[in-house]
Amino acid sequence: MDFLFQGVRQAIALLLALDPATFSAVRVTLEATFLAVAGAIALGVPAGFLLGYIDFPGRRLLRLLVETLLAFPTVVIGLLVYAFLTRNGPLGDLGLLFTVSGMAIGLTILGLPIITAMTAMALESLDPDVRRTILTLGAGRVRAALACLSEVRHSVALAVVTAFGRIATEVGIAMMIGGNIKWHTRTMTTAIALETSKGEFAQGIALGVILLSLAFVVNVCVTALRRQGAAG
Amino acid sequence: MRKLSAVLCLVLLCSAAPAAAETMLMATTTSTEATGLLDVLMPQFAKDTGIEVKWTAVGTGKALKMGENCDVDVLMVHAPAAEKKFVEDGFGTGRTEFMYNDFVIVGPKADPAKAKGGDTAKALAAIASAKAPFISRGDDSGTHKAEQGLWKAANMPLPDKESWYVSAGQGMMETLVMAGERSGYALTDRGTYISYEAKAGANPALVILVEGDKVLLNQYSVIPVNPAKCSKTKKDLADKLAAWVASQKGQQAIAGFTLEGKQLFFPNAK
Repeated sequence: MDFLFQGVRQAIALLLALDPATFSAVRVTLEATFLAVAGAIALGVPAGFLLGYIDFPGRRLLRLLVETLLAFPTVVIGLLVYAFLTRNGPLGDLGLLFTVSGMAIGLTILGLPIITAMTAMALESLDPDVRRTILTLGAGRVRAALACLSEVRHSVALAVVTAFGRIATEVGIAMMIGGNIKWHTRTMTTAIALETSKGEFAQGIALGVILLSLAFVVNVCVTALRRQGAAG
Repeated sequence: MRKLSAVLCLVLLCSAAPAAAETMLMATTTSTEATGLLDVLMPQFAKDTGIEVKWTAVGTGKALKMGENCDVDVLMVHAPAAEKKFVEDGFGTGRTEFMYNDFVIVGPKADPAKAKGGDTAKALAAIASAKAPFISRGDDSGTHKAEQGLWKAANMPLPDKESWYVSAGQGMMETLVMAGERSGYALTDRGTYISYEAKAGANPALVILVEGDKVLLNQYSVIPVNPAKCSKTKKDLADKLAAWVASQKGQQAIAGFTLEGKQLFFPNAK
């Protein structure tokens, strides 16, 4: 039990001392997470729009597949991406293994189904009258689509926050693709795994507390953005 | 938005990765990283040669696999039999043996199986006949391979189907914690046990029961990945590392490294 309290104290000490190893892990985590969340938004929102707004044959099956991918084990994603990025693999020449960009690719795959499925669901549950009203008000198809997307923006924001939470706290992909290399690809979660394997439980808790605080700050920012959006 | 960019700026300011002229990748085992040995050795190597080593610490099985797949330039591992095969199969250019540490058998202080003594084979036989819980790494690491070799050397079948034999599939420290919680026995490298003991306080759940037996010595070597299999590997840098760890300077650095005031690794380059 003692190590829990000691961990919280240590977290504060690390932050106050501006511990370079901790801040390096925070930086790597933020870099990989922001890259991956951006990638997942760029691909996931359009994909979710297709699945939730437009009717085409095979849509239900695709929805089912995307929802199944929500349960994609992260270590398997890691192995899949590794198979492509290893120096002898098809994308080996890009030299992405053991880099933050490589990790971000794996993490994008993790976040993609979350944003796609939640965007699609939000659009589907949008009252059909809203769409009809927009069209009768004389909007073109493109404007109507954009208006519907804007109607569900809060659900999309929630999807992004959910994906952020999954991606920032993931450990299997980060370990497999990043390799937990100090100063380069060591994230908060792989650092926690390492400290635990060293028996430094308090240090592991300390890093966990910092990661949670980080998530708190990000959520505060997103909420502030949403407030601004609602007001404006 | 302003908040977000403020956070980003703060983060970028903190990016203080040490820069070096040349870098190479090394796959190594968890013991060299978790004990803190590499944090002492590699900066000295960088100072002497200007080469920055980036390392990823995995089990020896995975480290060898990464060498086969050309993901790294050099290996620092401890599983002589598997290493020899790796070199014979053409994946490595040669092994430079440069240090050893030792394994110990740990167990509950009460020692219900009566395993205590100087003989590994007798201890394992005692554990097996008492059907006392034995926690194995079970992760194909160097320590796991060594443990399998010890059962074989004791002329016993690997008890992996027995109910008292627990295959943890985890790192050394996790395995020790598990053994402590279940009052079981385990084979561990001394370094991880010293860390465990230091953290456990006055009354550790596990104590050393068998140590000093010759079969418990654990040889480490450096293996450059073979450019014949991996055209882009940085063999010249890897060779420099192999030469440095075996040099007088490297050997002294290894001998001088201590954990909780105890020497862990013993230089033995030829």
